[in-house]
Order: sequence, then structure tokens, then C-alpha cells
Amino acid sequence: MKEQLLKKIHENKVGQALEKIPILKNKIVFLFSMTLIYIIIPAYEEENSIGKVIDDLKKHGYENIVVIDDGSTDSTFQIAKDKDISVIRHVVNRGQGAALETGIQYALTKDPDIVVTFDADGQFLAEDIKRLCEPIKNKRADVVLGSRFLGKAKNIPLIKKIVLKLGILVVYLLYDIKLTDSQNGFRAFSGYAASKIDIKSNGMEHAGEILHEIKSKKLKYMEVPVTVVYTDYSISKGQKSSKSIILGLKMILKKLMR
Amino acid sequence: MTILQLLILIFSFFALSRVILRTRDKKLTLYEFIFWVFVWASVIFIAFFPGVSTFFANLVGIDRGVDILIYSGIGLLFYLIFRLYVKLEELEQEFTVLVREISFIKKKEK
Repeated sequence: MKEQLLKKIHENKVGQALEKIPILKNKIVFLFSMTLIYIIIPAYEEENSIGKVIDDLKKHGYENIVVIDDGSTDSTFQIAKDKDISVIRHVVNRGQGAALETGIQYALTKDPDIVVTFDADGQFLAEDIKRLCEPIKNKRADVVLGSRFLGKAKNIPLIKKIVLKLGILVVYLLYDIKLTDSQNGFRAFSGYAASKIDIKSNGMEHAGEILHEIKSKKLKYMEVPVTVVYTDYSISKGQKSSKSIILGLKMILKKLMR
Repeated sequence: MTILQLLILIFSFFALSRVILRTRDKKLTLYEFIFWVFVWASVIFIAFFPGVSTFFANLVGIDRGVDILIYSGIGLLFYLIFRLYVKLEELEQEFTVLVREISFIKKKEK
């Protein structure tokens, strides 16, 4: 990226003039060669946590935030809008997969280097984003998946743990991808990977679909440990373990239909 | 003619008339038209010649003619439900595309 920029400066007239002022030139090169990171947050009925999540991201220096309000009936939209970030609103609730795809499509119009997906319920830590982006910056991966089992999962309920382990097994059998955590919403995509991945599933089956896309489009992926915080709030907002059986069946059915 | 045969005949003709009307409205394709005419014609045929179904039943190793009708009926229903499921899924995805486009348009307006 930096080399491309230097080449461009050499080619154009303004750039040639800039060559004579090295300090200014270096400053501009530095500014432009910074990685453009877009944070995508799908949110549905998250008025209690969305504000805090956005503030925290900003505190860590992430300014390019896109919140997709997935047809909430509470004040999620207004709270996010007041934070001076991009907010997109689905007029009808379409599910997390649909909201993610909307966010990715919107972010892609800004030509980002990295797209990070983040949860609105405060389960993830903004400080982990840096670690998630590192392999993409170093060109070691196109997609980086967060894993709570490689990292520290705080207060993870036993039943949730069992369900997640079963999810890993299902994903391995269906997609032939060995992961330590298959249902984690904390992911980072390179701009290239984000443009390749097409999420059609509206609901939570998108986790499986993303893996399918990674595999079929031959993207390089790796897992990075992340912290997932389980509070009473995030547990109540999160996916119910009882619904996971239906989710598993849906994933299998989708696989068969493809 | 028994009452049951009469009822089957009336219902089948009613269903056939719907099939023809839908085809005339171009709501059904030629392929679907042939399929449904075949289904209802067979229903009428079997109602008046029950021996035929017994013949086919014995052919595949089922004793009673009525049983093969019930089995194939259930099979057909399962297939149609699967088709409906696929169609519904398609509609859901198309609906999402619409909602997404509307959200982008609204975003631009602001």
C-alpha cells in the first residue's frame, strides 16, 4: 500500500512538488498508509449497551463505526445516531446475518482495508480488535476468526459450553474446517475477503455460511484468541442454547440445498 | 356408484377446473398443468377402478390398494412441503435484499 502511494506521488504533478518538502510528504504518506478499519455492529434491541460499546470503541481510536439497527423498536437507532457515526436502519427485523451483510456492503463502498464485525451487547473487548487485525495487516490471513476457547472466556455457562462444542463438531462435519469456536461473532475480514463473502442467510446460520464461503472462495483464515465476557445481560440477550438444535438442523439443511 | 365415488368425482372435477383456470391465467406452467391433470385424472380413475391400485400395490409388495395410495400421498406431500420451504427461503432472501436497498436509500437521503 505504501509503495503504491509513493509511486502515485512520483507520477503526479502535485506529488512532484511535494517531493521538495520531505517533511510534508512523509506526513501525507503516513496518513494515507494507515490501515482503514471499519467496525460493523449489528444491533437489535440493544439500547442498554450500544452506547457504551460505541464509546469504548472510540476510546480505543476506532472512528469508522457502522451500526446496523435491525428494525429495533427501542431507542437503539437514536442512541447510535447521536454518537456521530454511520447508522443504517432496516425497516423490518431481518436477523443478524442480514444485518451483517448490510454492514459489509455499506463498508465496502468506503474501500476499507479491514472490516471487523463486533457485537452490540458488550460481550467483546475493543482492545482485542488490534490483535484480530494484525494477521491481515501482515498478509498472513484474509479472514481472522475470534475464538473464546483459545482465549479467556469469562463465566461461560456450562450448557452454553456444551452447545458450542457440539457446534464445532457440526461445522467440522459439514464444512471440513477445524475450529476451536465456530459461533463467534468477532471476526476480521480483509477488504478483499469482505467483497468475496456473500451472506445470504438471514438468521444465525450465517456463522456456518461464512465458513462455507471461506472454504469455497479459498480464503486464508486463522483463529485468534479473544475474550468473551458473559454477564447476566449478555446471556439474556444472546442466543438461547435451546434454539441451537434448530440452528444445527437449519445449517445441515442449507448445506444439503446448496 | 357409491356416495364416496360421487364425492371424489365432484371434488376432482372442481380441482381440475381450478387447474385449467390457473393455467389460462398463466399462473401455472405447461409442465405444472400436465402434472396436476395427471394427478386428478388418476384419482378419478382409481375411484372407479379400485382394482388398478391393488394391482400396482401387489406389484411393489403392498397388500391393499388403498395403502399404496396413502403412502404415495404422504410422499407427495413431503415433496411439496420441501418445495414450499425452498420457495419461502428464496422469498425471505429477496425480502432482505429489498429491506437492505431501502436502508441504503434512506441513508443517502439524510
